[in-house]
Amino acid sequence: MIFDWNYALGILPQFAPALWITLQATAAGMLLALTLGLVLALLRRCDVAWVSWLTAGVIEFVRSTPLLVQIYFLFYVLPETGMRLSAFATGTLALGVHYAAYCAEVYRAGLDAVPRGQWDAAAALNLGPLRTLWRIIVPQAVARVVPALGNYLVAMFKDTPLLSAITVVELLQTAKMIGAESFRYVEALTLVGVFFLLLSLGAAALIRVVEGRLQVAHA
Amino acid sequence: MPYAELAATLSSGLLVTVQVTAGAALLAVVMAVIAGLARSSRNPLVRWPAATYVEIFRGTSALVQLFWIYFVLPRFGIDIGAIAAAVAALGLNAGAYGAEVVRGAIRAVPQGQRDAAVALNLSPARTLFRVIWPQAVPAMLPPAGNLAIELLKNSALVSLIAVSELTFTAQLLRTSTLQTTEIFTLVLLAYFALALCITAGMRRVERRWKIAA
Repeated sequence: MIFDWNYALGILPQFAPALWITLQATAAGMLLALTLGLVLALLRRCDVAWVSWLTAGVIEFVRSTPLLVQIYFLFYVLPETGMRLSAFATGTLALGVHYAAYCAEVYRAGLDAVPRGQWDAAAALNLGPLRTLWRIIVPQAVARVVPALGNYLVAMFKDTPLLSAITVVELLQTAKMIGAESFRYVEALTLVGVFFLLLSLGAAALIRVVEGRLQVAHA
Repeated sequence: MPYAELAATLSSGLLVTVQVTAGAALLAVVMAVIAGLARSSRNPLVRWPAATYVEIFRGTSALVQLFWIYFVLPRFGIDIGAIAAAVAALGLNAGAYGAEVVRGAIRAVPQGQRDAAVALNLSPARTLFRVIWPQAVPAMLPPAGNLAIELLKNSALVSLIAVSELTFTAQLLRTSTLQTTEIFTLVLLAYFALALCITAGMRRVERRWKIAA
């Protein structure tokens, strides 16, 4: 069997809604990861020892267990606790929580890299702790870690096919459905691979541009 | 079903997870060393195939790669079965990330070491194996440990091509007992324990290389 270009071109439009779902899941998941990650990173630095340790434990646990099992866990266990979410919402939640643990470590490095003098200067200017954090420390920390966060955005994008395991009709699920209907997996699955390759190479190039801009801004 | 019985059933899946992960790790190390060295080569004919391999496997999703190897390759006459497809996909994927680790570590060895080897009239092969490689390995180990944990986590994906590892066993058990919360809590703890074992093991290896260095 060889690759049939006409057939591949014919099934191409069927991927459009799936691509949209994939991009939505990535965007919503990343928004959650960025926010929750920052909260986790700040809790990790909390002066109360048990809060810091508990947060560190949660981050380590989420980072060390498979995303697929976490997706299943949320998909099957959340309804038992009375929370009814759609498959898409559950999957996006899982992506967000999983990558929040990674983002937390990135933020932590960024926060550690802000010079001690910035804290001292904020204290000398009589800024409150919250104001110091939000106006002085966090903006400097985030600027440093944008490229690292960008890499996790690409990684999360590449993890969206896992949502097919809980019936979300994203790119991979669409390819499987086309394959099951026509018994032609070659074109559909190859197209999905090409989509991911093009989009992640594009995203990687974009990150390099942003990285370059940020370095200029710092200099 | 009580916890002990659930755990006993899951342990058969755990064994398969360990085997698949170990097999894939072995393949990943081989691929990482070959592709990493090839990408460090000055000859573009050696460098380009390695770069293509790395970009393709890092640029697409691990699950898509797994499905491609399992569903598409048989249509081209390469039918290797589910377990071999699992090991191949996981190993090739991790190997591509590992190749970048190898390349980075080799590049980080100071140029002076190469110059000194030339001055001592060592052959290129001898320079690589006796001078560059031993100095590059300690820098590779910490990221390699992280990749090993990523590989362990990715091994859950092979449940989707019906390899009866831990996650697949959990799914079967879930449909037969409906004790979802207990089963998936046990499974998450099992993966966490395996990840801790990898971390501990890698620390021992790192210590050994530090003494040797």
